[in-house]
Amino acid sequence: MQYINNIRQYGLLIVFGIICLIISLITPQFLTLSNLTIIVTQVSINALLAFGVTFVIITGGIDLSLGSIVAVTGVTSAMLAHPDSYPVLIPIVMGLLAGLLMGAFNGFIITKSKIAPFIVTLGTMTIGRGLALILSDGRPVSNLSDSFNYLGSGTVFGIPFLILIFILVFALCSIILSKTILGRHIYAIGGNEQAARASGINIDRVKLSVYSISGLLAGLAGILLASRITTGQPNAGAGFELDAIAAVVIGGTSTAGGRGTMTGTLIGVLLIGVINNGLDLLNVTSYYQQVVMGIIIIGAVIVDSLNQK
Amino acid sequence: MPESDQKIIHVKDLNKSFSGIKALDNIQFDLYPGEVHALMGENGAGKSTFMKILMGLMLPDSGSINFNGEFIENMDVHKMLKKGISMIHQEILMVPELTVAQNIFLGKEFKGSFWVDEHQIDQKSQELLNLIGLKVNAQTKAKQLSIAEMQLIEIAKAISNHAKVIIMDEPSSALSDKECELLFKIINDLKSKGVAIIYISHKLDEIFRIADRITVLRDGKYITTKNTSELNKNSLISLMVGREIESLFSSDSRVPSNAILEVRGISKKGKFENINFEVHAHEVLGIAGLMGAGRTEIARAIFGLDKIDSGEILLKGHKIEIRSPKDALKKGIAYVSEDRKALGFIPEMSIIENITLSTLKNYSKGGFIQTKKETKISSQMASDLKIKAVGLNQKVITLSGGNQQKTVIAKALLTSPALLILDEPTRGIDIGAKHEIYKLINQLANNGLAVIIISSELPEILGMSDRILVLSKGKQTAILNKQEASQEKIMHYAIH
Repeated sequence: MQYINNIRQYGLLIVFGIICLIISLITPQFLTLSNLTIIVTQVSINALLAFGVTFVIITGGIDLSLGSIVAVTGVTSAMLAHPDSYPVLIPIVMGLLAGLLMGAFNGFIITKSKIAPFIVTLGTMTIGRGLALILSDGRPVSNLSDSFNYLGSGTVFGIPFLILIFILVFALCSIILSKTILGRHIYAIGGNEQAARASGINIDRVKLSVYSISGLLAGLAGILLASRITTGQPNAGAGFELDAIAAVVIGGTSTAGGRGTMTGTLIGVLLIGVINNGLDLLNVTSYYQQVVMGIIIIGAVIVDSLNQK
Repeated sequence: MPESDQKIIHVKDLNKSFSGIKALDNIQFDLYPGEVHALMGENGAGKSTFMKILMGLMLPDSGSINFNGEFIENMDVHKMLKKGISMIHQEILMVPELTVAQNIFLGKEFKGSFWVDEHQIDQKSQELLNLIGLKVNAQTKAKQLSIAEMQLIEIAKAISNHAKVIIMDEPSSALSDKECELLFKIINDLKSKGVAIIYISHKLDEIFRIADRITVLRDGKYITTKNTSELNKNSLISLMVGREIESLFSSDSRVPSNAILEVRGISKKGKFENINFEVHAHEVLGIAGLMGAGRTEIARAIFGLDKIDSGEILLKGHKIEIRSPKDALKKGIAYVSEDRKALGFIPEMSIIENITLSTLKNYSKGGFIQTKKETKISSQMASDLKIKAVGLNQKVITLSGGNQQKTVIAKALLTSPALLILDEPTRGIDIGAKHEIYKLINQLANNGLAVIIISSELPEILGMSDRILVLSKGKQTAILNKQEASQEKIMHYAIH
């Protein structure tokens, strides 16, 4: 299994390399340290969501509530991040907790009701958006403490904090998926849920875990986004779930479940970032960028399905 | 033998390689109208590859195929279906939400009109079903059918295609004896209408009953073609495996010791009623019965896949409640399902990953899998059970049925069960692997394991079991000792 995945990833990596090469030939600004830093910073929010939802998609599920979780957790943490209120740890912990709870709620309903994840998370997507608007009374929450704002814009040894978190989360998720019992069980459930159950795997617990992880990482993304734009926006994150799912799919993870890797998702995320950045540098308007992105998503899946044969 | 110009299929010097490995090596084959021609060989002998080529699913590297007097090149499935070759697959593909009639006419709804004429489809299908003698309403949804019924409907489908040649790949593997009789009757009708049948089966009794000629393949090579009358079971087996097999079943005598499992009056509405039995350490208990008698349902309940309505289950003298398979495994009950594909393995995972799936905790620390330990234990298991594969990282979906089954058994054994339930352990498995699985079961029982075997093959039940529980329509009708049991006796109680 590992071997086959490797071949697929090399293919994706080659495509990625070629696209980078083409862009850097057309525009010399592309391959500069400052531009590359911008790309990675820009994709880091999407990356966190994509890493989380990779677990979900490998089990054969889907999570459409990510964007709304980003909004709820962003607003929650921003409301607690007023300069005169709590130490910075409180908004962070509460934001993460809000994300975790929303994810766990998804997992709980999905496992107990046996309703399709698509429907359940479609519901929580709407619920979440409403909650964010209720909490913030429909207005952006601003005037946040400096230490909170540091999360999204600060640097450590010259490296943006966002990028460090990005790398750390990738490493953690990658290890969970490839080295732990939980990871193995995630693949097993996506590969054949009935056989996984008959092998003694606690399906409900694994599913609860993946939706919780997905929610937790969306919470982290929500906090970082609020910090980066120094506001808790109740309308933030709309459509983010689709970008995340797009990255996962481009990365070769099967939406049918049972197959996929974190590295694939990482490349998917970077590919989207590089293309958007390249088109920006070439002064292509965002209208065209969307068309290009759509073509790439479909193209990636076609290439992947050809690879399968 | 008929004249050569009557041949409907004539295959000469057919070759096919996969990445350098010869899957088919100079295959010769011919088929006459109205003939049942059995294609025999162990799994991996090349039968499937050969049939795929005949069906146009795969192109040969070299060789010629003559169909009805015409050489065929660049064959594809549609062409072959049109020419009149149909295949009844081992795994049945029916759309569960469509009716029997809609399934039969799927893809060939009466053309010429945009609308599907449901009435006509129903009528034509019902005629077909009556023709083959299957008592099923054409408007029944496919999901309500038994596997046996689906299999027979597949044959009706082939007839509706006006097939001149029907390939039957293990058509009887899911059929009860009564349904087999129906199948053989249908085959005889087809023969008399001049339809030629290529018949693949691992059940030798069947072959000798219905085949006119037998072609044997071994390791991709053409061995021989003989009239059935020139062969007997032993000579056929030795042609297939290339060596003599003394007897499939060894006659170890065991003394059962303490009771491992006691089942007291368990019932599940509509499935089984008031079942009572015990299985002891050092003992193999066979469960026999026709399809639908409740055999698998009882096993599923003991393993925690389904809940029982009433009754008690005791394990080693203690009353237990089994809530899930996880629970059952923890308590020492392992189950190898009759449906390997659905419940047995994870197709995209490797042999190693499948073998260790139930026991990952044993090779992990703090949630992290210790790959070295995992690999070591699964290699040990794979070599004990003689799992044949390119490497242990090979995906289980790419293995032959026998090796898939061994992988599933290996997974079950690693849980160190006190009771092992094997449901149709040799279905769709070649004779060599069968032999090995029988040996393994005997060895396990001799070493003190309590084993339950569920099987539709009476020779298997008789050969393997120390005692036999017979079921009929969800009720238990007899428990027979090895000495008193016979095929006739089991059948007597099974149709009680």
